[in-house]
Amino acid sequence: MSKDGSASFLTTRLDALINWGRKNSLWPLPYGTSCCGIEMMATLAADYDMARFGAEAIRFSPRQADMLIVAGIINLKMAPILKTVYDQMAEPKWVVSMGACASSGGIFNVYSVLQGIDTMIPVDVYVPGCPPAPEGLMHAVMRLQEMVQKGETHSQRRIALRGEAKKAIETSLGARAAQAPKELQQ
Amino acid sequence: MTFTLRAPADIRTQISTHGADWLTKYGDLWKTQAARLKERFGEKIEEVRFPVDYPTDVPVVYVQKDAIVEVLRFARSESGFEYGFLADITATDELNEQSDWRFEVVYNLLSPTSFARIRFKVRVPENVEVPTAIDVWPGANWAEREVWDMFGVRFAGHPNLRRILMDERWEGHPLRKDYPLRGYQVFTEPTEIHPEAME
Amino acid sequence: MENVEKNYPSGISIERPAPGFRDSHDPDDLWDDSRVYINIGPTHPAMHGALRMAAKLNGETIEGSYCEFGYTHRAKEKLGENRTYHNFIVYTDRLNYCSALMNNVGYALAVEKLMGIDVPERCVWLRMICCELARVTDHLICVGINAVDLGAFSFFLYGFHQREEAYTLIEKLCGARLTTSYSRIGGMMQDAPDGFEKELKAWVNRTRKVIDEMDELLTTNKIWRNRTVGVSTFDKNMCLQYSFTGPNARAAGLDIDLRRDQPYLFYKNVEFDVPVARNGDVYDRYLVRIAEIRQSLNILAQCADKMKKGPIWSEDKRVRIPDKDVVYNTMEGMIYHFKFFMEGFAVPAGEAYTAIEATNGEMGFYIVSKGTPNSHRMRIRGPSVWHYQGLTPMVKGEKIADLVAALGSINIIAGELDR
Repeated sequence: MSKDGSASFLTTRLDALINWGRKNSLWPLPYGTSCCGIEMMATLAADYDMARFGAEAIRFSPRQADMLIVAGIINLKMAPILKTVYDQMAEPKWVVSMGACASSGGIFNVYSVLQGIDTMIPVDVYVPGCPPAPEGLMHAVMRLQEMVQKGETHSQRRIALRGEAKKAIETSLGARAAQAPKELQQ
Repeated sequence: MTFTLRAPADIRTQISTHGADWLTKYGDLWKTQAARLKERFGEKIEEVRFPVDYPTDVPVVYVQKDAIVEVLRFARSESGFEYGFLADITATDELNEQSDWRFEVVYNLLSPTSFARIRFKVRVPENVEVPTAIDVWPGANWAEREVWDMFGVRFAGHPNLRRILMDERWEGHPLRKDYPLRGYQVFTEPTEIHPEAME
Repeated sequence: MENVEKNYPSGISIERPAPGFRDSHDPDDLWDDSRVYINIGPTHPAMHGALRMAAKLNGETIEGSYCEFGYTHRAKEKLGENRTYHNFIVYTDRLNYCSALMNNVGYALAVEKLMGIDVPERCVWLRMICCELARVTDHLICVGINAVDLGAFSFFLYGFHQREEAYTLIEKLCGARLTTSYSRIGGMMQDAPDGFEKELKAWVNRTRKVIDEMDELLTTNKIWRNRTVGVSTFDKNMCLQYSFTGPNARAAGLDIDLRRDQPYLFYKNVEFDVPVARNGDVYDRYLVRIAEIRQSLNILAQCADKMKKGPIWSEDKRVRIPDKDVVYNTMEGMIYHFKFFMEGFAVPAGEAYTAIEATNGEMGFYIVSKGTPNSHRMRIRGPSVWHYQGLTPMVKGEKIADLVAALGSINIIAGELDR
């Protein structure tokens, strides 16, 4: 926030409003590959009903979704595809790593299994369990909502850093421009 | 409570079959079938192991490599056999056995009429091809691809012997005994479509 | 025709190809090179789990295709050679994760067959309850998702609610919802709680009503019938050639059910019918599954009636997991417990192929033992592999939209497909 306050004040409030909107309309991209996918379906079905958190608008296209739920095993054959899907999603995007397999490889420390998707893409929330119960996934979604509100997710931090870097470049350029000879400034 | 964990080495338990005692039910059938196979194929049947003498649940018929398709076709359609259902094709790696062959390709068959099971095996050394069984059962296609993928046993005459479970750029065959459990191979690009493989 | 053409307002002319235009081209090809190669999956919503299919389309018609899998390969067969027989139980859960209870039973039967162990009566009844409970839940999820793929979402919700109630029962048995690890080699993890039979029967009665509702909702539904009747048929001969088993084969009239034909557990002691259909299309597969759910519910009710109190562990000392009070209070018990789990028990040398009628068909364990605590070869025959192989000839000549129906109806489970 700058010292006189006005412009920055407005920006911060707008950020909070936007984050509030973002956190209550998480559009999941269900990347269910194995057992965890069944529990994710249970979370989306009537008994647990993820719609209560505004996260029921399932989009299978990465262009339309902002919460990637990696539910289940990602092996070395699948890994490049997950990376492609992640890269296709628009910023800001959030990643939930559901279950032991996605988080760390779990009980499958073998030749074909990627030992945790965080070796490849940044993960915001890990859900332990093999598979986690629906309550676990819902807790993860609530935790993610808190993080989104505070701007703590990887994606938001990345954007903020990018903004700061841009600002820094601009200000440094401005400072340098101020030092430049007057003929050049005009 | 006893504290011995290991069973005595000479234990040869009668394989119990949970409700259906296969040996009393199919024992005579298997005996006649083995006799007919030996009569029909002669030396091409290397060995027949019966459940009583050898710890197995169904008879294991070792067949010479070149005769396996003929034997399978005979077992599928000959009356008295009628093993029309291919339950499984797989292989085992006998790396540590002191012998002149390395792999055993295993064919598990089921008869949809008498519900007897039988097992055929082919012994092959490394880098020797086994004739494909696709002509007998079209469904043998993927099972043979999997054996190639996992063990590196090639099938002669197979139309599309590509890797099936592993990435097609993978090197080595994971289920061989000399392949390490954690032998990772990382690829950064997805695989392409193969229009020529379409059926 | 000429009159019609004359009646068109001026300015519109209908271009007709010159006579003989088609002769120089492929008769099926409306324009030059209209074939399109498309890639479906492995993250496509219609490809359950992680399956991939590449198809060659002529307009909407599939002219050729091939399937690819292995995107969830977890090397369970290799792990079977590196883990002890007891430690491998948890990996069997992740085969067909929709019916984990049944995989545990199949694996336990396979190892017990190699060791020549018989289990007490109550254990067998518990295993039958496991199998049939798993079959009901698996079929519910299969028909539910098949319906979701074709647009009937509420049907799925009915099924999934009943599945949640079944989860409550399964949690009472073993404490887990999906990956249960309930069967042990030579016994069960623990006995069913008091009053379980009563709760099971109450659940069976509730589920019967729900199945009736679901049946009413979809079976005579005109849209459902239009989307499924006659779609992607696979006849009896093809089923035999491609080693189809289970409901998919029975929908085509291939009447094999290992529960009846090669009875294991106590299937001889209960009464049930094996539903068989004729046409082998998507609709028949759905009908067979719904009918099988009803039969499984009957079996469950009979099991609940016939089950008596009694021991659940086999007398065999090799596989008996020591009781916790022995482990905590005696030195020898502690040592034995440690050795049991770290070293495992040796299985006598031999080989056996044990198959059970799993929800999708014949689930087989081909185990070769060399007399050590690890198996020499742990082959798992998942029925989904063979069904997925049959998808290519099944959808040849069908419309691309029917591929979704076909794939949902044969119930490919990625866990047992890739292993």
